Amino acid sequence: MTLTIRDLCVARGGLPVLQGLSFTLAPGQALILRGPNGSGKTTLLRTLAGLQPPLAGQIDGAEEQIAYAAHSDGLKAMLSVRENLTFWADVFGQSDIVPALDAFALMPLIDRLAGTLSAGQKRRLGLARMLVTGRPIWMLDEPTVSLDVDAVAQFAVAVRRHLAAGGMALIATHIDLGLEAEVLDVTPFRATQDTRAGASDEAFL
Amino acid sequence: MTALLRRDLKLAVRAGGGFGLGLAFFLIVTVLVPFGVGPQSELLSRIAPGILWLGALLACLLSLDRLLALDWEDGTLDLLATSPLPLEAALGIKALAHWITTGLPLVLAVPVLGILLNLPAQGYGWLVLSLLLGTPALSVIGTFGAALTVGVKRGGLLMSLLVLPLYVPTLIFGAEAARRGATGMDPLTPLLMLSGITAGVVAIMPFASAAALRVNLR
Repeated sequence: MTLTIRDLCVARGGLPVLQGLSFTLAPGQALILRGPNGSGKTTLLRTLAGLQPPLAGQIDGAEEQIAYAAHSDGLKAMLSVRENLTFWADVFGQSDIVPALDAFALMPLIDRLAGTLSAGQKRRLGLARMLVTGRPIWMLDEPTVSLDVDAVAQFAVAVRRHLAAGGMALIATHIDLGLEAEVLDVTPFRATQDTRAGASDEAFL
Repeated sequence: MTALLRRDLKLAVRAGGGFGLGLAFFLIVTVLVPFGVGPQSELLSRIAPGILWLGALLACLLSLDRLLALDWEDGTLDLLATSPLPLEAALGIKALAHWITTGLPLVLAVPVLGILLNLPAQGYGWLVLSLLLGTPALSVIGTFGAALTVGVKRGGLLMSLLVLPLYVPTLIFGAEAARRGATGMDPLTPLLMLSGITAGVVAIMPFASAAALRVNLR
């Protein structure tokens, strides 16, 4: 089972952002997406996650396989760490949240309300959610924002363990995670001017 | 699916969850109407079914803009849309949770509040029954309105304008059934119409809501 992208064109606000993108991701592989702000990394991840349709091209192997982590973690401030994680585990048909808590050192915080956590602790809880999905393809959008050095290391360990178990990961990030992963710079795939005919609003990019 | 229902109910009863908001509004309306109309018990008992239905409808409307907006803000909707749970089911569950936290308390409170409006004794059963049949429709139609306006900042006004026309048939038949019940006429026809509306929107609206939400998530 691999994720295959062929000649993909993704759009944001109706305007093409990236075009001609092709790559494959095999079990155990990770791909790091790089590119300046506004180059379309988030749009690409959202398209692959099925949140928006591509303008052109093919995505094979993504259906019901993706665990997506966006900028916001989908946490409820008035639920405890345990309740938040148990909810997502239930939604994805899993039951064991202990490994996820251990991986991100959340055990001491288990009965704290998510609203009282610090930004970095919330992020760790958001990343722990990936482990309870049981999905093979992780798509992470800037996963290390507000994480300290130790937490970034925990995250790298979690990704490495996921890859070793035959998982895949697609990570948009600006920092070096120390993973043995291919790097894909999306800058060369930026949609050219003529495909952006009528594009006057830079804010949409 | 039960996980989502449990979570929504849990969130509703915790601090800031908004449980009781609709009920409090309903209480205020029914307490204040006799002051506004004046102490004419005959007039009050005539308008009681309509006022109680209208109060219930507005109480439902009041809590609608929280229905999806909170999940949208913290990114939960994005994550739910990528989960194995079909979006139609998720929105159906959210409508059910809204009904349990808003519609059902109104149904249970209405016999007590009917006293304040001098509702004729024979009308209580029919009023409760018509609300029980009608309020689920208010919740699922409201979920559709919330899904349409989910990305709009301060979309509450827009949503009210979109949802109110869709609420009109429910209000007409619900209030008519309650009125006929209160005046001793046969309320069967409006009750059947009301049940038909509810059954119809419960079947269709989750799909319409999911379609609207998918467009808004792009």
